[in-house]
Amino acid sequence: MEILPPKVLRRKKIRNKAEGVINVKAEKKKKTVKVININADKCNGCRACEMICSAFHAAPKYSSNNPARSRIRIIREPLRDIYVPVYAGEHAVAECAGRDKYTIDGKEYEECAFCRASCPSRSDFKEPDSGLPLKCDMCEGEEMPLCVKWCTVDALTYEEREEEVAEEEKPEDIEIGLESLANKYGLQKIMDAVARLSQKG
Amino acid sequence: MRYAETGFNLEIDLSRGSIEREATDPKDTELYLGGLGTNAKILWDRVPPETKPFDPENLLIFGSGLLCGTPATGCNRTIVSTISPQTLFMAFSMMGGFWAPELKYAGYDKVILRGKSPNLVYLWINNDKVEIRDASHLKGKGAGETAELIKKELKEPKAQVVSIGLAGENRVYFASIEQGRSSASRGGLGAVMGDKGVKAIAVRGTKDINIARPAEYMDLCKEVLEYIKFRNDNPIPGVMPILAGLGSPQEMKVHDEKWHTENFMWGNSRTRRKDFWNKEIAEEWMKTMDSMRRRLISCYNCPMTCGATIQPPGLPTYIMKCFTKLTYTMAAMSNLEFGLGIAQSATEYGVDGFSAPQVMAFALELYDAGILTDKDFPGMPADNEGRFYWLLDRIVRREGIGDVLANGTYWAARQIGNGAEKYAHNNIKKHEQLPLKLSMLNPIYFLMYCTGEKINITQIEGQFPQAPFLTREEREAFVKDWFQVPDDKFKQIFLDWEPRGEKSMPFYPNVQMCCDIVDWQERMHYIDDALGMCAGLSSFPLKPPYHIHNYPKFISSGAGIDMDEAKLTQAAKRYRTLVRAINIRRGMRRKDEKPPEDHWKKRFPELEKELMDTYYKFKGWNEQGIPTKEYLLEMGLDFVYEDFVKRGILTDNGDPSSKGTPPEKDKE
Repeated sequence: MEILPPKVLRRKKIRNKAEGVINVKAEKKKKTVKVININADKCNGCRACEMICSAFHAAPKYSSNNPARSRIRIIREPLRDIYVPVYAGEHAVAECAGRDKYTIDGKEYEECAFCRASCPSRSDFKEPDSGLPLKCDMCEGEEMPLCVKWCTVDALTYEEREEEVAEEEKPEDIEIGLESLANKYGLQKIMDAVARLSQKG
Repeated sequence: MRYAETGFNLEIDLSRGSIEREATDPKDTELYLGGLGTNAKILWDRVPPETKPFDPENLLIFGSGLLCGTPATGCNRTIVSTISPQTLFMAFSMMGGFWAPELKYAGYDKVILRGKSPNLVYLWINNDKVEIRDASHLKGKGAGETAELIKKELKEPKAQVVSIGLAGENRVYFASIEQGRSSASRGGLGAVMGDKGVKAIAVRGTKDINIARPAEYMDLCKEVLEYIKFRNDNPIPGVMPILAGLGSPQEMKVHDEKWHTENFMWGNSRTRRKDFWNKEIAEEWMKTMDSMRRRLISCYNCPMTCGATIQPPGLPTYIMKCFTKLTYTMAAMSNLEFGLGIAQSATEYGVDGFSAPQVMAFALELYDAGILTDKDFPGMPADNEGRFYWLLDRIVRREGIGDVLANGTYWAARQIGNGAEKYAHNNIKKHEQLPLKLSMLNPIYFLMYCTGEKINITQIEGQFPQAPFLTREEREAFVKDWFQVPDDKFKQIFLDWEPRGEKSMPFYPNVQMCCDIVDWQERMHYIDDALGMCAGLSSFPLKPPYHIHNYPKFISSGAGIDMDEAKLTQAAKRYRTLVRAINIRRGMRRKDEKPPEDHWKKRFPELEKELMDTYYKFKGWNEQGIPTKEYLLEMGLDFVYEDFVKRGILTDNGDPSSKGTPPEKDKE
């Protein structure tokens, strides 16, 4: 089968739709999936991961360190045997409508404990000075994330695997809208309406 | 810009309620490094010998090591210094944990407390905001409990807290300062903290620690981490398991306690139980440990898991470190279940795990001997374990006989009189020691016991094997990758050292060799204590990742201070001399420098005299142990010499004063 670059593919898709046939065969693509396995049972709570993360991301590299800037955080409460490494994920502009609170094996975790977002509800995963959000980048350019390398108790281990994923084309917003209009009024009516509108200028 | 250190100390006057942030002199860092070194300088400058431990003028200094908070693995120690109420000399106990790095991130190298607060308070250091807060609601609370309550009250779970329990509040002479994972226990620091009216210091910091030459420094750090992994995978053959690896002795991991239980003394350091360890006990103790131990844990930025959270049945969880695992068990001639249980109370009360059990065993020995009687122990339970709990409660509350015992065995014996002194038999410089009683003099340990000013053998030993290896092949294998030695002569000494015959103890290693070995071992501890490095990765174990050859590079690239082995050695000698000078000024002399009388059965007075004479000379001290004029000037400690002359300790021409040794200082 001929492999089309994305733009051509998109045009082809629309043409197909115009003919009333929606039949796009997805392309298979190789993707590297990077996984940090977190074994909280093995965590000794030393926070070397926080230290090295903040040192690596300092500018210039390693010129300073400050766990408050780290993109990994250990939730650590020794007397309640709570040790959970959590990574910084996407920034959320607004906090969730509600909060969650987990109890696992009789241990109650703090609110939103496992959430990876930097969000207005808390100070985690934000630059302490500017408040700008932080996000784990898996230490781009290194053979593995440095938090893993510095975790010699193996609470953090790293794995890379190749996955074949179907490259799914996401329809654009306008297509979704047009499709529902077409379903309701029929494609011809819409094309007429578009023609009329364009003549009006 | 200052590198590795912040360049600021917090000066807190508790009498006036004032808080100042003071810039420090980078020149002092170069001369005394940090941690213990600069602590000693401050104590010398500001606490004259007339100041008593519980005077408001006494300082309590919480110093972070120079490299604390940098990426150097295991560099997390807080060095707490003051004048000890028990020994009346300088006390410096260290603790690992998380507090010192947090203080650095908050922007300070030290917290220096002076004066006394009229009410119980705690300090809250949150970056630039520092408060003295009321702690009346924390009065009488346990040390760990206090830390939890403060974190909750401040809504700051990430704060790190040092705190005292009831023992510190009541100025028990062996009260500790607790920090969860760790504690500064020796020398009665907790009593001084309690005397100052400070229940706790909470810290939270979110600032950077800067490194002078980052790429170079990180390469050194990576090398150390790799070597730690190598050493963990390759324990040293031919030595007992607790000496084969790195870290502080792995007491929470190791179940086999044959060596401790059969070689250390039980009770009031009296009874050796040579065939104690058997299969039944091994199984019972393993079951106890497995049922109470929740997790092996570490200090900041260290993979060594030397501690553990322990949950005795029906009691709150606490953190156990190292040999306290056995000290209560052995003092009470009981089992591990009792030991781990009472240690929970003792940790919350905040007492030293070496001194406290011995003080209690001492009291019961006096009771058995009829020197103390029933009227001294009103209401004491009849069962052995119950008595220990009862005594611990009386001591930390200073109630009845507890008020006497709270001063430690030395002072308690003098107060009780009637021959009680004989029972306070395991002290050096008035301070309780590990319960060891051995047969033949070990010249290396003799010197360390006598002259160590930490007054604690574990804080001066290390590096050199404790005993010769049986065969030459084993010795050759050992020295092959022994690159940590400062000089190859140490390899030769070890190679020639035989278990029996001409080249064996006590006359081999010979006197000069013993001086070299002791000096090397001590120096590494003093360097650790200035840099904030855990002895468990450096001065204590054999073949550690940090040593005299890589330390100068760490200091150069980390702190930006040009350093080489000679300069580092000189700096360590300088503040080691300063520690001695502080104690000399407080009356310490040769007569104080001796092991417990009964530590060894077989003694060699002539050899011992030669060892002391030679070692003193080697260290630049006169025959009384006073640093000489020449040595002080060589170290750049002219101000110490001038003070010694002014006080009549040395004469103008550098001779020891004819005034001789001062009289024994009495209790306050």
